[in-house]
Amino acid sequence: MSTTGVVSPRVATAEGQALTQRKVRIGEVVFRLVLQACLLIAFLFLVWLVSYAVVRGWKRLDSRLWENMPVGRISRIDSAGVQSAITGTLWVILTTAVLCLPTGIFGAIYLEEYADQTKWYNRLLELNIQNLAGVPSIIFGILGLGIIARQFGLGFTVITAAIVLALLVLPIVIIATREAIRAVPQSIRQASYALGATKWQTVSRQVLPAAVPGIATGSILAISRAIGEAAPLIVLGAVTFVTTNPDGLLSKYTTLPIQIFNLIGEAQLGYQEIGAAAIVLLLGIVLLLNSIAIFVRIRFQKRW
Amino acid sequence: MTRTLRRIGTLPRIGSVVAVLAMTLAAAACGGNTSTTGTTAGAAKLSGAVAVDGSSTVAPLSKAAADIFRETQPDVSVTVGTSGTGGGFEKFCKGETDISDASRKIKDTEKEKCTAAGINPSEFIVANDALSVVVSKENTWATCLTTAQLKKIWNQGSTVNNWNQIDPAFPNEPLKLFGPGTDSGTFDFFTAAINGKEDQSRADYTPSENDNVIVQGVAGSKGGLGYFGFTYYEENKDKLNVVKVDSGGGCVEPSVASAQDGTYKPLSRPLFIYVSNKSISKPQVKGFVEFYVSSIDDIVTEAKFVPLTATQKTTLAAELETLKKG
Amino acid sequence: MAVHDITTPAAGSSTSLRRGRRHRGERVIEAFLVVAALVSIATTVGIIVALLQPTLRFFQEVSLVEFFTSTSWTPTFADKHYGVLPLVVATILTTLIAIAVAIPLGVGAAIYLAEYASDRTRRAVKPVLEILAGIPTVVYGFFALFALNPILQKYWPGNEKPGFFNVMVAGIVMGIMIVPTIASLSEDAMSAVPRSLREGAYALASSKMQVATRVVFPAAISGIIASFVLGISRALGETMIVTIAAGLSSDKVIWNPIEAAATMTAYIANVASGDIPVDSIDYTTVFAVGSLLFVMTFALNVLSIRLVRKFREVYE
Repeated sequence: MSTTGVVSPRVATAEGQALTQRKVRIGEVVFRLVLQACLLIAFLFLVWLVSYAVVRGWKRLDSRLWENMPVGRISRIDSAGVQSAITGTLWVILTTAVLCLPTGIFGAIYLEEYADQTKWYNRLLELNIQNLAGVPSIIFGILGLGIIARQFGLGFTVITAAIVLALLVLPIVIIATREAIRAVPQSIRQASYALGATKWQTVSRQVLPAAVPGIATGSILAISRAIGEAAPLIVLGAVTFVTTNPDGLLSKYTTLPIQIFNLIGEAQLGYQEIGAAAIVLLLGIVLLLNSIAIFVRIRFQKRW
Repeated sequence: MTRTLRRIGTLPRIGSVVAVLAMTLAAAACGGNTSTTGTTAGAAKLSGAVAVDGSSTVAPLSKAAADIFRETQPDVSVTVGTSGTGGGFEKFCKGETDISDASRKIKDTEKEKCTAAGINPSEFIVANDALSVVVSKENTWATCLTTAQLKKIWNQGSTVNNWNQIDPAFPNEPLKLFGPGTDSGTFDFFTAAINGKEDQSRADYTPSENDNVIVQGVAGSKGGLGYFGFTYYEENKDKLNVVKVDSGGGCVEPSVASAQDGTYKPLSRPLFIYVSNKSISKPQVKGFVEFYVSSIDDIVTEAKFVPLTATQKTTLAAELETLKKG
Repeated sequence: MAVHDITTPAAGSSTSLRRGRRHRGERVIEAFLVVAALVSIATTVGIIVALLQPTLRFFQEVSLVEFFTSTSWTPTFADKHYGVLPLVVATILTTLIAIAVAIPLGVGAAIYLAEYASDRTRRAVKPVLEILAGIPTVVYGFFALFALNPILQKYWPGNEKPGFFNVMVAGIVMGIMIVPTIASLSEDAMSAVPRSLREGAYALASSKMQVATRVVFPAAISGIIASFVLGISRALGETMIVTIAAGLSSDKVIWNPIEAAATMTAYIANVASGDIPVDSIDYTTVFAVGSLLFVMTFALNVLSIRLVRKFREVYE
């Protein structure tokens, strides 16, 4: 009958439908509508959420938000901003990235390229990482409080927050990097070895460059996750009222999610509006990061 | 399928990314406040950090103080946390904070921990508070409640869930209770004053650490009842009615006057800050505390708290002198 | 020239060609990589150590029986009870509501994307789903409390309206948060089902709906179930949404979702950031609850790995 081996499902469906009863066809339509509704409901919530935040925060969505510091006096609400939270977030996230990206990428390289999968300790390592990916973020906060802040004496500072967040998103980086490395075909590696390259040369000059889009996507998503985290930082006592930008890793700090958490709970409407505006700002940042990740994946994705 | 093997390795790429990150970090650092060691106090420019933590009731006062202080001393970074009165003391006694906000006096056990760590807390009463019992605007019947009635509502084991159980004259309206969480010094104080023992309270009310939630909750339910500090009532007068409290001498409404002269019983209380003797030697802390004390009137007005009486102010100044000496 | 014996190094074997000098350098690099991987072990060890000692102290004061069977959790009140059931039930209740929302929406969206949507639609829609997944949970909490709850209160049938805080609104919003996880993973699983299975079914005159529900869905079941378990795990551990919107009441076990109830995570968040003196027994409650939470998510994770392994069908 048809010459090509691949039959598009739509054609098949049309033929299939022609052969089935009428009542099934109505069921088909309903089914499809239900599925579309599922997708639509999820989208509607997203639209509702974003527009609610925008409407609530509209009055404060101006340069005051990033130019000004939080104010401690109700009379000066009009000139309040969240600059300390923005810079605090920048400080914490950049430090987090510096800590977790190399560790995660190199750890993943070990697991994918060097580790003997049959050995029990490597399997334990894998299991451990998969488990950590599912541990609630607040538990990481407890870890930070008990060991890093108190035992190591680092206190409630930028570096403690960065370490805790780095440990939190480390499994994401490792898992994403592993996926990316795994997607590189063996033939690339074999060709490299065939030309006399060492293992590390193969990894660093062939495998990794090929896996960069996947690694980049995973890293950006991990950082995006870290930016939005508030729970572990609450436990770590991210100070609520900070009017200066951090000036070192041992500074006290606040971050956007923490500021939002506090602002929306304040009694004055003015504070709540700033909080909503800060939400819009945070959403904008997260949206930007996610879009970059998606762009990187689509643009640089290799088809093997 | 075959690809040309690339010349540039991955390591230089990673290296350049790290370099960019490092440069951004440095740029952010340059844009932020620089902190150097403090100079002599007084009119001279101070710099450094002052760590304040503790009660969320007193925090607005400290935040206002920090804000006004920043106008004259922009290089001093005053941070104000709200770990609660007890949590604040804990950090204070560990030397992690310089000033502790408190909505109750320091306990003896807490004081012992401090002195054991070499920290002597100096107590300053900075404002008065009149803990206000509030109901919704639609509540026209509960204009005055006795302390006995309040205890009946709030005590541990209470099953009161309707207004007409409090007073048969009240309408048949379900009672919806809101209040601070158990972490709050306000909760500690209210339970001690009304129920007789600190932390002794019925547990089936809607607790919240955010006073705004209590405001919204009470304002939104006809039968709502809640309590919090006077400031929050003052700011939400348009949404809430305040309940006068009768502790045996007639119904007294919380106000600046009744809090200061003590007639609003038993729910008027002083609010404290505690300063560590170790911290006062830091010029920026000394500068901030001096400012706090000398400008207490402005600060209290800004934060809409109940101001100090004249006697309290004299005591305050005297205590500051003692601290500076010793 | 000598012919080198080219053995293809399988991942993990170290029999690639090396020269003596690079051999040492390779070793150093390998050691460095191992250390990086070991950070994850250090994290788990750290978590266990941070949790274990205070938990042990807790159980010296409170019996295991009371912890697991008493139905009131009031460590911060004067009348102290240490039964964890109210927290556990609240956690499970919010999780159930969340997956009741997320599974239909997520699977429905996944089937649509995998079987019905055109390539263009899929490429446009998937990123948007991922964005939904990236929204910070504090924003979801804000949305639940201020936007969704008033609507819920207004249109709720019957006399009993949902409270200012309630389990239901937190659960619903958590469900929305988890939809992308379930949709994305299920869609991946369904897309991985080879075309040949579908085509075989079409060749037998099946309709699209029949193919989707009777061929693709069962074939992808292991991935779909894995997505459910992952979603449950996320819901269990979620903190901000429940802290903001579900309330702090833990004095009794609450089964009615329109009431407020504290989940395990909300309790930890509140107490750990607050007032309780560190050395008291009440502070160790944080760690006891934390340990329980850790054990629950660990068990769930092991289950999910097992499930995936058991049902995985390997396609050529």
